[in-house]
Amino acid sequence: MKGGAIIWRAASFAVAAGFIALWQLVANWKLVSPVFLPGPDRAWASLLRGFSSGDLWSKLIGTLEHMAYGWLAASIAGIAIGAMIGSSRPMRTYVAPSLEFLRPLPVSAIIPVAIAAFGLTQGMALFVIAFGAIWPIMLATIHGFAAVEPLLYEVARSLQMSRLAVIFKIALPSASPDILAGMRLSLTVALILSVVCEILAGLDGLGHWVLLSARAFRSADLFAGVILLGVTGYVTSVAMSLAERRLLAWQASQR
Amino acid sequence: MTLDRAKPLLLPISALLAFEGWARATHLQSDSLAPPSEIVAALAGALADHSILAATRDTLFATFAGLAIGSLIGLALGIAFGISDTLDRLMEVTVEAVRPVPSIALLPIALIALGFGYRMEIVIVAFACIWPILILSRAAVRSVEPRLMEVSRALRLPAVTVEIAINPLGLGAGIMLAQQALRPDLMLAYLVWIGAIGYALNMLLTVAQRRLFGRAALSGDSL
Repeated sequence: MKGGAIIWRAASFAVAAGFIALWQLVANWKLVSPVFLPGPDRAWASLLRGFSSGDLWSKLIGTLEHMAYGWLAASIAGIAIGAMIGSSRPMRTYVAPSLEFLRPLPVSAIIPVAIAAFGLTQGMALFVIAFGAIWPIMLATIHGFAAVEPLLYEVARSLQMSRLAVIFKIALPSASPDILAGMRLSLTVALILSVVCEILAGLDGLGHWVLLSARAFRSADLFAGVILLGVTGYVTSVAMSLAERRLLAWQASQR
Repeated sequence: MTLDRAKPLLLPISALLAFEGWARATHLQSDSLAPPSEIVAALAGALADHSILAATRDTLFATFAGLAIGSLIGLALGIAFGISDTLDRLMEVTVEAVRPVPSIALLPIALIALGFGYRMEIVIVAFACIWPILILSRAAVRSVEPRLMEVSRALRLPAVTVEIAINPLGLGAGIMLAQQALRPDLMLAYLVWIGAIGYALNMLLTVAQRRLFGRAALSGDSL
């Protein structure tokens, strides 16, 4: 079984390599104008050149910083607000529906408002990213708190635990799968909004890099930036899944 | 019963009233805020001169065209992967490599290849729609509960993001213009309108999902 999985994995990698080879052929035969589509060789060369000159490093770090600060702020605020709303029944009846109503709002629509309020600054980007990333986390926390086994609350009441103790000892651990799932969704949102903010505000980052490359028709640099963004999305989501598995290991063993 | 239904409305209504009162009391002068009454007036004005309706048409056209194309591709791939386990396993690395690319990162590529306009926007929306539909339809074919549900999330008007970022078209461009013209009332009117459109679209898609995918989709909605 284990050996079979590895063979499948290898075959799957071979297929992916085949697609890259196909891309190279298309580029070599100039089926698509090289202005739009560089071959993987040129994209790779541009990637290496960008890293060796340090240009791409600083852009990558810029994007990661935007993403991380916004996401962390959203996680802290989202869990705190979500716990506050989720742990009280009146708050759930009065506040939660308004939040559910706001949820389908495309987050990027808040960008012009943020620009009017903060200007084209890092603060604007931080606000937008945090605002966008907070929703999945906050709603997942509320949902997780609401879904806590009622028996546990009764036990807490008979033990006369304080509300804070109930939140930290019972509700948060029991809601943690929901919260972590929300945090993973938020990662993608944070990455997308980082890119949009960088494009709009010209902040140092990969979004700005790909836009400048596109404007100058440097397609190899452009693809290098897009590949790097894909890798960023992939690595952060894999890291989050690993963290999730590790943090929730105690739960799996209980069941 | 009627009281229970009114409860969720209490907070937004009192917040709006408080904001209106505060804005009037302080004679609010701001580039980013406007009292609700002025926002409503701006919205009514934009509706009356059809500017917001034309923008809505542009945005929705790009959204639905992208959705249709993305869904067709996603559906075809999802069904193929669902039927053939071999194909699914062979394509796994390729799909997992392309899927995490944020759709917005393709924007510059679409921009130089297609220029400004509908086509570029449709391509981005389509790309964003392929993956959730692929996962859903693959799960539906195998009749298993999908692990990760992000469908309605992905369909949350990605067109607006494209328009705000770069494309001079539709609602996103409208709200950016209002911001640059220092018209906070109009800007917030657009925001409210976009929210309403997003909400309506979300409802529509939730209903459609339920019809098309039955229980598999329902389990995702509760998330």
